[in-house]
Amino acid sequence: MKREDIIKPENLVYTKTKVLTDAVMHYCPGCGHGTAHRIIAEVIEELGIQDKTIGIAPVGCSVLAYNYFDVDFQEAAHGRAPALATAAKRLNPDRYVFTYQGDGDLAAIGTAETIHACNRGENITMIFINNGIYGMTGGQMAPTTLVGMKSATTPYGRNVALNGYPLRITELISTLPGTYFVSRQSVHTPAAVRKAKAAVRKAFENQKLNKGLSFVEIVSSCNSGWKMTPVQANHWMEENMFPNYPVGDIKVDGKIVSGIDLDRIVVDHPLTVVNK
Amino acid sequence: MARELKLMKGNEAIARAMIASGTDGYFGYPITPQSEVMETLMAEKPWETTGMTVLQAESEMASINMVYGGAATGKKVATSSSSPGISLMQEGMTYLAGAEIPCLVVNVMRGGPGLGTIQPSQSDYIQSVKGGGHGDYQMYTLAPASVQEMYDFVFDAWDIAFKYRNPVLILSDGAIGQCMEKLYTRDYVPRWTEEERQKNAPWGTWGKPANRGHNIITSLELDSARQEVFNLKLQAKYAEMKEKEVRYEALNCEDADYIIVAYGSSSRISMKAMQMAREKGIKVGLFRLITLFPFPTKQLNELSKKVKGILTVEMSAGQMIEDVRLATECRVKVEHFGRFGGIIPTPTEVLEALENKIIK
Amino acid sequence: MTEEIIIAGFGGQGVLSMGKILAYSGVMQDKEVSWMPSYGPEMRGGTANVSVIISDERISSPIINQFDTAIILNQQSLDKFEKSVKPGGLLIFDPNGITHEPTRKDINIYKIAATQKAQEMGISKVFNMVVLGGFLKLKPIVEPKYIHEGLEHSLPQRHWNLIPQNEEAIEIGKGLIEAVQVL
Repeated sequence: MKREDIIKPENLVYTKTKVLTDAVMHYCPGCGHGTAHRIIAEVIEELGIQDKTIGIAPVGCSVLAYNYFDVDFQEAAHGRAPALATAAKRLNPDRYVFTYQGDGDLAAIGTAETIHACNRGENITMIFINNGIYGMTGGQMAPTTLVGMKSATTPYGRNVALNGYPLRITELISTLPGTYFVSRQSVHTPAAVRKAKAAVRKAFENQKLNKGLSFVEIVSSCNSGWKMTPVQANHWMEENMFPNYPVGDIKVDGKIVSGIDLDRIVVDHPLTVVNK
Repeated sequence: MARELKLMKGNEAIARAMIASGTDGYFGYPITPQSEVMETLMAEKPWETTGMTVLQAESEMASINMVYGGAATGKKVATSSSSPGISLMQEGMTYLAGAEIPCLVVNVMRGGPGLGTIQPSQSDYIQSVKGGGHGDYQMYTLAPASVQEMYDFVFDAWDIAFKYRNPVLILSDGAIGQCMEKLYTRDYVPRWTEEERQKNAPWGTWGKPANRGHNIITSLELDSARQEVFNLKLQAKYAEMKEKEVRYEALNCEDADYIIVAYGSSSRISMKAMQMAREKGIKVGLFRLITLFPFPTKQLNELSKKVKGILTVEMSAGQMIEDVRLATECRVKVEHFGRFGGIIPTPTEVLEALENKIIK
Repeated sequence: MTEEIIIAGFGGQGVLSMGKILAYSGVMQDKEVSWMPSYGPEMRGGTANVSVIISDERISSPIINQFDTAIILNQQSLDKFEKSVKPGGLLIFDPNGITHEPTRKDINIYKIAATQKAQEMGISKVFNMVVLGGFLKLKPIVEPKYIHEGLEHSLPQRHWNLIPQNEEAIEIGKGLIEAVQVL
């Protein structure tokens, strides 16, 4: 089949959703943001809610997310997206409001806003991209950086004595009565993307139920920040991130469903370097 | 509700004016001496009458960012706090100004620095009119001097905020907030319908219909050339406010030898001092600032050509005096009198300061 | 006419509400009024005071340090505000708990044993209205029918059945006040 034939409409097996703009994304090759954007946009299109959706962008690598989604968008101050979303939804209860935040934004500077929006049971969708590092500012330690993991500000590896433990905010907010659906997914394989999209779809559909907050974490790689090739980064993510951040649903329809051992703290991680 | 005569506190007046002026949402966090604002709103339950949303946030940072999120959808959204809480909100304010979001912030000032005191003060002038947050921006700043003005300025704030797509600050203090005075309420202004919201805020993020591009509310622009153009646009807006939206009250200034310049509670105390001076045969006038930004530079400049001296009165170490001196171009002597720490100066002290610092 | 009043005593004596009823009555009589309380730690420490101004003209400062009338309900307040009465002004005090009586020679001084009377009559809840009655006897700056309207506006409707009791207390106060020193 020639190229001309392949791109004929009748032969197309995939087209870009119209809820994404034609702007060229600035994300690094190998980054999960692009795929995460796509599945959110596809869900918005499939649910037919493009004209009713309000997105809230964070500060971090996805600060310019508003250029890529063809929906109305607000750009928040660092960490404050859940506060913006709270008011946007309360004042526009018939609209679909979602936040899109990274780990530094959601789980460090914005922890209070995250926890309180979850605890109030705001009827919004929160998407949380966790790559264990500050991407935009050049690879510094994030609250989710693994023990022993190297970053620009933990050049000898995250040291528990110095930096404390990785924050599993998703497990934390799943214990709050205000959250209705909590899931952790990834987008590094086609199968994972399908599951992640199903979770995002549920998280948006839940806004019709008005039963509380829906939260989807997407564990992602940051090959630039991790100083690896995209393929290496995906393997590293499976080997190191997933034991700490196991994928799967954590809370469905307001009930905890995962068997995750909440007490488990990975201190004997193979990369652990503890200064003695 | 129609026009009625009431007796109420300044803080309560703010809350009732919010309901009556068609405000869509209020987000706040308790802090003395302005907690009656949210207490009144919660007791009134406006969500059952006008449909107004009221929420107690987890912090002042959350409050101001809720204002951002709600107001960015083209709704009338407000918050209130007192000095330490307003300091926490400064980040939010510069974002609101930078994203050109109309909204209302009320500061019922108390003494500082730090946790300071919970008693009245006016030491947030510089924070209010010369930044506070980072970047070149201005809040349109109204300084009420009575409970009636606390009420009326909320209505005025919405007109200005949406006319200029700019945040409005009502800068009050604990004395006006806690004081009860007579108040005439106004007829209710209904909240905007969906159609009115879309017409009055075509820029709002209220959901992209097929016939327009997506609306983006942001203060970010990575292209320096474009950011400079945007800064120039903001400056032009502020220049227009300076041209058209200056407000002040001049009392007994026509024949005055000396002028007291003050705003808020200090202007009330100064009014009494002016009366006492007139009784002693000293021709004193009162120039009361109503807008702190835009500042009545031209009017004070003109006045300075006719008088022998000016005393500024402010419950601070002397912040507003800088603008008075700039406005009067050092033509006459300008001195400051104030008290700190929540101490409210007495009219007698003001008169003595006028006599000792200016007249003698 | 401008009457500048300070009412001061312990929290719980109804100092703020007495001021509010007086102020609201003034509003009903189409006067200009202001009501400025002490607030914050001062209030929480047990003492409470409120400045009330009732005037025919626009009120300049609601915050004042010299008063035409001081209504004093405890020793601390007497110590604090006796000196703030304008020469020729009026000081009313309840002798309950007062160990050092006022000493100024240039003001009018009256006392009203409202605490004792209210206890005897079992009307402690409207003690403050007894005091207000004493003041109104000396300075009838608001008319009784406006006091009635002031009570209606100050009290929630569920307490309107208590208005007659409040008004009776005012009448009792008018009969109770006695001169200590009249210039």
